[in-house]
Amino acid sequence: MNHWPFVIAAYVLTLGATGVLTLASLRAMRRDEGRAEALRRP
Amino acid sequence: MHALANPARFLSFARPLTPWLGWGGAALLGASLFGGLFLSPRDYLQGETVRIMYVHVPTAWLGMGGWAALAAASASHLVWRHTLAGIAARAIAVPGAVMTALALATGAIWGRPTWGTWWEWDGRLTSMLLLFFLYCGYLALNAAERERGGEAKLSAIFGLVGAVNLPVIHFSVIWWNTLHQPPSLTTEGSAIDASIAWPLLGSTIGFTLLFAAIVLMRMRAILGQARFAARLRRAAA
Repeated sequence: MNHWPFVIAAYVLTLGATGVLTLASLRAMRRDEGRAEALRRP
Repeated sequence: MHALANPARFLSFARPLTPWLGWGGAALLGASLFGGLFLSPRDYLQGETVRIMYVHVPTAWLGMGGWAALAAASASHLVWRHTLAGIAARAIAVPGAVMTALALATGAIWGRPTWGTWWEWDGRLTSMLLLFFLYCGYLALNAAERERGGEAKLSAIFGLVGAVNLPVIHFSVIWWNTLHQPPSLTTEGSAIDASIAWPLLGSTIGFTLLFAAIVLMRMRAILGQARFAARLRRAAA
């Protein structure tokens, strides 16, 4: 049995999900901090 | 610990720390996974599937470590009523659930060529699946409490009670005769060869740093929402 398709599937899934989670968290942080900061300005 | 419970003080160190943890973790992870994929040898028994371990072990560790941190934050929230502790627990829940789901998925992908099955109802796999359901339950309970304007006390108690599952996961391979192999790292030493151990250690530290950066980002987002709501109320008054 060729093991490489299983290895590639595991890496694509893990790195893809971690990347999406990181980008979603970064976007939420920038959006929420930006909204709060915008309201502080006169 | 208590000094950091102040949101302003927390933000003063979280803001510069977030990019360092994020970029440092990503760089270490990239180098370790490159080493794991192309530099470390194949295992004489497992073949190439041993490389799945470099993503499976860190995600499993973070799924469990995430709940341990969530339980500690929940305890701090209940005992000292630190608002930041409740925010930390809430910020850990989604990344912890994602890591647990990834540990289950990569374990299944590893299991198919190695054990000949995607899934087996053995002690380790079942208790990890239970951990994933605990994360889902925590998220649902916490969202319901926040919607009702509560202090998230019930979800904090849930976080503490759920920690009972952590020793069950850890000792499952010792207590029961499971398909999952026993621990390779014990107090008596390591059963892992150095050529496999270094990418594993590197990817585990890399994932952990990235996880910490994600949690800080999510905490800062929650604090941003709270500041926005407070300023909106002040502006309306």
